Amino acid sequence: MIRFLGSRLLRAAVTIVMVVTFAFVVLRLSGDPAQIIMGADAPPEAVEAFRAAWGLDQPVWIQYFHYFGAILQGDLGRSMRDGRDAIVLVAERIPATLALTLPALAIKVGLGIPAGITAALHRNSFIDRAVMMLAVAGFTVPSFVLGLLLVLVFAVQLGWLPSGGQDSWRHAILPIITLGIGGAAVLARFTRSAMLEVLGQPYIRTASAKGVPWRAVVWGHALPNAAIPTVTIVGFMVGSLIAGAVVVESVFSWPGVGRLLVVAVANRDLAVVQCVLLLVAMTMVTSNLIVDLLYGLLDPRLRNQPRRAAGMA
Amino acid sequence: MNALVSLRNLRVSFDGQAALRGIDLDVAPGEAVGLVGESGCGKSVTWLAALGLLPAKARVTGSATLQGQELLGAAPAVLDRVRGGRIAMIFQDPASSLNPVIRIGRQVEEALRLHRGMQGAAARAEAKRLFDQVGIPDAARRLDAWPHELSGGQNQRVMIAIALAGRPELLVADEPTTALDVTIQAQILTLLQDLRRETGMALVLISHDLGVVADSCDRVCVMYAGRIVEQAPVARLFEAPTHPYTNGLLGALPPLDGPRRRLAAIPGSVPEPWAMPKGCAFAPRCAERSPACDIAVPGAVPLAPGHQAACIRATAMGLLKETVAA
Repeated sequence: MIRFLGSRLLRAAVTIVMVVTFAFVVLRLSGDPAQIIMGADAPPEAVEAFRAAWGLDQPVWIQYFHYFGAILQGDLGRSMRDGRDAIVLVAERIPATLALTLPALAIKVGLGIPAGITAALHRNSFIDRAVMMLAVAGFTVPSFVLGLLLVLVFAVQLGWLPSGGQDSWRHAILPIITLGIGGAAVLARFTRSAMLEVLGQPYIRTASAKGVPWRAVVWGHALPNAAIPTVTIVGFMVGSLIAGAVVVESVFSWPGVGRLLVVAVANRDLAVVQCVLLLVAMTMVTSNLIVDLLYGLLDPRLRNQPRRAAGMA
Repeated sequence: MNALVSLRNLRVSFDGQAALRGIDLDVAPGEAVGLVGESGCGKSVTWLAALGLLPAKARVTGSATLQGQELLGAAPAVLDRVRGGRIAMIFQDPASSLNPVIRIGRQVEEALRLHRGMQGAAARAEAKRLFDQVGIPDAARRLDAWPHELSGGQNQRVMIAIALAGRPELLVADEPTTALDVTIQAQILTLLQDLRRETGMALVLISHDLGVVADSCDRVCVMYAGRIVEQAPVARLFEAPTHPYTNGLLGALPPLDGPRRRLAAIPGSVPEPWAMPKGCAFAPRCAERSPACDIAVPGAVPLAPGHQAACIRATAMGLLKETVAA
């Protein structure tokens, strides 16, 4: 168990280093932040002074080592725009993003998984076809299209809900639904196929053959097995709690981490972009780690088994 | 005969393709019946149909009664009490027949809870006793093992323990040794015979191997293309096989004594369900085929007590006997 955890932690660390490095290189290659922040017609001396102030005049590899050393000391740099700590700028936005993504996650799980199970249990019936049609529609429509569609219907036509902003809880409803529906559709499809796969297994027939009532077969025998692949998708959704709302936040002018990222990229606000990416990488890596641990919990075949050798006969 | 289980004109079709074409079979209390035939001939389907274990798309007609109680179309609650409680079934591939995420002890205890109302420590003690009974060494510790930690033979013993948990009157063993090593096969078959002696339950042994059935059963039913083509007490079947298909199966068995001979294979293959001949389904592969074979499906003809065959040659023999008697 310790070795398992150790190797996973090491892999997680390597992933984060790679993300940080990649972000650093791409941002340095994609345009001169001094020129963009100071404006195209700024005097050359001013641009030079900006570069010197932010260390942009030094060779890229020295910048990289400085940057990396600072991260290890917990210093994620300051925004080139307003000089505040990048980490503070990002942290301020996290609650707003979670206010959308957490309820959306609840919708994805609460709607998607039961829908998938129901469809699988009524395979090829009207219910199954209806659920799958909605699911295909749900995940093929891009979130910005769905978002705009919802705005058109509920904000413009019906006037029930606001179309954007963050003034009250009512403002959160449409973005939450937009985020939730797509994810619920993905989960429904995935859960259905996982369930169908499991229901076709011989051990399900065994359970029925020993007199287990069908409901108990589904709950006690099929679901624990179908949960194993489904957990992967849910884990991925948990991992994207921070960065999963970039498009939707933009559509609904919701001041979360996603919109901060979009604005920071446009402005070449290097420290802020890097800080967001680091945060995203860390949530993703953490949720992957949790998924790996859950696998071990759900599937005894994946656990380290010192007993295994003794168990053979 | 006061049958425990009676199948009458049991028919199954999948998507309009007939898989079972009218099975009539009685199993007496405590009796051991073998069901042999090639894969796809309907041996397993017969019992899955009787217990309502086929997928919903299967169309099942006819009758399957357990001491007079009709099982086809019975309420789920009735079937749940019969399955495992009165008729238990074990399957070909023990490794995938056990739930991989549930400890084997709990899988036995579940059956004990369902059919004997046992819980907690009592259920665990009984599960341990069953493990001992089916020959799982170190039973107390093994209760907490997972299926993947056991060998195929051990898993089949666990399956048998689960089957015994409900004290069934009939155990249907569907190719219980096919997926196992030869040495383990013999152990499992011996175990089944011992358990039948100890418990007095009836046994239906489904196998494609006539040799396996001959050792363990009182009576054999030979199936071909969804029908029983011949049934007889074991000794009688080996002495006086009548249906050419039974002869073919016996010819494919290696003899234990006498000179070595080349094993005789049956030429051709089983007709596909959608291309079933109008007459005898075996006729296209039969060395003794006559034009009359293609006219209609031959019915089962009694030849001796407990021995009947569905072949027009048997019909002719029956007529001959009657004539002689007259």
